[in-house]
Formats: sequence, structure tokens, C-alpha cells
Amino acid sequence: MGMTITEKILAQHAGRDSVSPGENIWIDVDVLMTHDVCGPGTIGVFKKNFGENANVWDKSKVVIIPDHYIFTKDTYANRNVEILRQFVKEQGLENNYFDPGSPRYKGVCHVALPEEGHTRPGEVLFGTDSHTCTAGAFGEFATGIGNTDAGFIMGAGKLWVKTPPTMRFVFEGELPPYLMAKDLILHIIGDIGCDGATYRAMEFAGDGVYGLNIEERMTLCNMVIEAGGKNGVIEPDDVTIDFVKSRTDKPFNVVRNDPGASFFVEKVYKTSEIIPTVAKPHSPDNRGVAQELSDIKITRAYIGSCTGGKMTDFKAAAAILEGQTCQVPTFIVPATTEVEKGLKETKRNGKSLYEIFEAAGAHIGPPSCAACLGGPEDTFGRLNGPEVCISTTNRNFPGRMGSKDSQVFLASPYTVAASSLTGKITDPRKYLS
Amino acid sequence: MEDIIRGKAFVLGDDIDTDQIIPAHHLVYKLDDGEESKKYGEFALSGVPESQSGLPQGKIPFVEKGEWQSEYKIIIGGKNFGCGSSREHAPYALNKAGAAAVVAQSYARIFFRNSVNGGYLIPFETANKINDQIATGDEIEIDVKSSTLKKVETGETFPLQPLGDIEEILKSGNIFSYAKEAGMM
Ligand code: SF4
Repeated sequence: MGMTITEKILAQHAGRDSVSPGENIWIDVDVLMTHDVCGPGTIGVFKKNFGENANVWDKSKVVIIPDHYIFTKDTYANRNVEILRQFVKEQGLENNYFDPGSPRYKGVCHVALPEEGHTRPGEVLFGTDSHTCTAGAFGEFATGIGNTDAGFIMGAGKLWVKTPPTMRFVFEGELPPYLMAKDLILHIIGDIGCDGATYRAMEFAGDGVYGLNIEERMTLCNMVIEAGGKNGVIEPDDVTIDFVKSRTDKPFNVVRNDPGASFFVEKVYKTSEIIPTVAKPHSPDNRGVAQELSDIKITRAYIGSCTGGKMTDFKAAAAILEGQTCQVPTFIVPATTEVEKGLKETKRNGKSLYEIFEAAGAHIGPPSCAACLGGPEDTFGRLNGPEVCISTTNRNFPGRMGSKDSQVFLASPYTVAASSLTGKITDPRKYLS
Repeated sequence: MEDIIRGKAFVLGDDIDTDQIIPAHHLVYKLDDGEESKKYGEFALSGVPESQSGLPQGKIPFVEKGEWQSEYKIIIGGKNFGCGSSREHAPYALNKAGAAAVVAQSYARIFFRNSVNGGYLIPFETANKINDQIATGDEIEIDVKSSTLKKVETGETFPLQPLGDIEEILKSGNIFSYAKEAGMM
């Protein structure tokens, strides 16, 4: 019987000819990523179990990207970055460390990883962050783990996993100009629920998906965790391969589904039947459509994060905000320093995106996770009271962006930008003729 | 691993995500510092909206203000318990506050794994919804061997799903002691 791409990657990393869904196997790890929130705990677990003077299993495979609590006065948060610095020095991990305050600083880990060439087809990536699944867009197995598992990998270079069955989601028809990957994934999550893919792989296919650029594919895979998924994955094509080759010289192995691979379920959607989609408070599966929520007044708009703070997201926002004025405070947070540079260098009708956003009255912050997960009180864009925010981020659980009294609506950059111009939830088709 | 877990129940609803279990701005305290790590106990479940905290009545704090230990040892949830982020601080915080087990209809994968691999608490699954049949404060007894949960006052019992694969890891203590016993490290 044929295997799916996820099963094949796992089998190869377990040194086996085949695996079946449900089987527990030990697999070798190609990259372990951690950041400032879970890094210190991971290091603690590693030292406690492998010894104070132990070395990480492979220096070239441990990547440390501080991104969560960077621009804050919080002393505990700053101490965490100091712990990472110390460890990097001890272990000689400088090549794969991106220190805040230095020219090497990057920003949000899931966007920084591919920029730095650490996401490659056919590999196994674990990260101490649930959105590590983003990297499935590069045709690899990527998933989030906790400190204990990460501490284990740090010393042993392997981990046990239960082989997930694959759910396949096919989008037929190219994406209409008013839709973005965020609409597709919110549509799916609304359909299957926020535990609809628990313990399973989610694979995306169809011309609606293969027409997307690499960043949009990352947005799709980023949110599989919001449906409970273990990993998201897209079979590599030229778009994937060209991107990866532009970022690394390391060889990689393109893995595809076998003919006759068996899927737990296959769901087919027609992109022409989907319209701009929103997740209402307080769960990513609480689906609505923008055009039916036009009574809802917002007090703030937020464009940023690993899922909604990439160049494609800002180009989309700029297409709507150009020459207009935001009616509510609007916060722009580039995911990484590379994206920040892109905002200054990418032009539309002679003006940089940065200038377009400034002219519209938006506040532009430095690259990091910022208010996507609330964070310390002084975090840029944090919801410190009963705000109603429309956001391109990926979670809207109670208190996710700060105050428990706030409400968060999730939507595409088009929809968020359109809503910022009216102060109400707005279908972006109004501005995209 | 104890064979019998007995204590008061703290009841919650569906989709309790890790931001509700331990809000993100608290993730900065040291996990391996005895004194500082008590803060995780202090703020365990502090992100649950008041009306949903300690069902069916609500407005019951899991940990009293200024304390770091809870009087509740067993948490009863609904479906998709522990969804959201991969923070291991979530089962850690519940453990720190004194919880020994969670009983829920289903779990998010990473929370489940972290609970077991870190040896923080036992995540029991139920075949049916039970968070509407138990009230916060009820005295509960879990028999690990026979996979049953009993309401002590009424003697009513509910079946739990057998622990399966994870039982060996829980018995060893955590994934490290398990791997050592299995000769893997
Ligand atoms: S941007 Fe948000 S979702 Fe992405 S890694 Fe940072 S906190 Fe997590």
C-alpha cells in the first residue's frame, strides 16, 4: 500500500521501509528550533538530564531564535534572552543564533527559519512552538513540542512520534482576487472545528493551493494547529524548490505521496464558493463571513505575526490602505527584520509600503511576536482593556492578545485593512474592484 | 504513579486553551527555581473567564488570591483540553498548584504529550462528556488500575479510557527515566 508524504518522511527518519498511521516510532531529527519563551526551560531539562557540561547532539542542527518578548522592560523576559545568550556561547551555537540588539536579530521564528534556509523538503523539524507546523509548506514534517521533548532531542537527536493519519484538503479553482490563504484556512477550521484534525496530518492540494506563493502556503500550514493538527504539509513543486534553493546550498530530498496513498478523509472545496471569512471571538473555529458582520464596530486593527506579518500580507494591506485614512488605531508589525526592510524597499505607485502605512495613520512597530500573544503590559499593540480588535493573527482565545475583556476577530490582511478604513468589520471586495 | 488518586474536583468547559491555563505574560518565571516557580501555581488557570471558572456555579478561583497551592486535585474538563500553544508551562503550572490528574473528553496533542513526557499529571480521557455530571468541590476518587472515576458521596462511577501506550512512561516518571530504563540513553 502506498504511503502519504508525511508517512514517507517519518519512515525514512525511522530507518524503515514503511510505517502505518497509529504506529509509535523513534525518528531522527534534522532541525530543533527554540525561542526565548521555551528555550530556557528546554536548556534546563537538557542540563538536568544529560549533565551540566553535556554538548548538544549536533551544533549545526540547533537553531535559537528569540522573538516573543524582545522590546520590553520586563526584567524576567530580558533574563530569558540572557540565558539563551549564555547557552549559545557555552555550546558554540553562534551560527544559528539571532541575537536581539545585534544586526543578526531576525524576529518571528517561523518566518526567520525559511529566510535563513533552515526549512527543507523531506526533513524533520521540531520546535518548541505550536506554530512550527508552518514549515510543512516546504514539504517537510514539522511540528511543535514542549520543553521536555525538546530537551530530550537536544541531547539525543531523536524523539518518539505517533504516525498521524493524513486528512487531505483540496481547493479546486484558482484563488479569486479577493481571497487569501487566511480565508481558506479559516474556512476549513470552521468546517472541521478546532479539534477536527487532532493527532492528524493536514495536507493541502489542488490548483487553489498550487497557485499560492510560498508565504501564502506558510499561512495555510501555520494554522493547522488551530484545528488540532499535528502537522500541515504541501507537496513541493517548483515554487517550493526555487525558494529553498535561493536560501540554502544544503541538499534535500523531495518526497511526494505514493500513488495509492490512503487518506483518512479527502475534502474538496471550490474556491469560487468561498467569500472573505472571519473567525469570531473566542475561537478560531467560530466562523462567520465579513459581509454578515458589518454591524460590528471595532476599536483597533492589527496586522502582524508569523501567519499575517509577511510581505504578501503587507502588500495586500497596502493595496487597500493606499491613499486612505485608518479610522481606528491600526498596528503594523513586520514578522522579521527582512520583512521590515521589505516594507521600506517595496514600492507601490512610487511610495514605499512603509510610507503608505504611515500616511494612512497606522502605527508601525519593530519586528517580533508583539501583541499576537499579549505579552508584558508594555508590548506594542497589546489589548490592555475591553478592545474589539480585528487581526491577521492566528488565535482569538480569551485573553490571547492581552486583556481577558477584549474580543478578537481573525481575518485576512485584506479584510483587516478594509475594516480599519470603516471602523466596522468590512468585506474587502468593497475596495478591490 | 499512585494507583488511587483522590481529591476535590475543579470543573471546566470545552476548549480550555493554554492561554487560559497560564496566560502568556506569566511565562517568564524560572521553572527550576523553587521559590520563583511557585508563581506558576499562583497563576494556574487564571486566564479562564470568571463565569467559566469552577462550573457549574462559576466565579470560583482555582487558586485563592495570594496562594500558590489549590485545594482542587483533579481537573474535569470537556473536549479539546489544552489546545493552543506548545507551552509546557501549562501542565507544569497545574502540577505546581497541586493538580494530579485531568479528566477530559479529549485533549490537544501537545498538551497531552507534555503532561506525560514531563511527568506532570495524568491526562485521563473519558468516552462520554462528564463535566456536566460533576460539580466543582465534589470529592472524586480515580482508580488507575481499573480505569474508573467515582463520585465519593454518591458512589456513582464513570469509566475512563485505558491509558494505553503512555502508561509505561507515566510509571517510569517521565520520558527521560523511561528512555533510560529502555536502554535508549
Ligand atoms: S507571531 Fe504569534 S503565533 Fe507566531 S510565533 Fe509569535 S506568538 Fe506565536
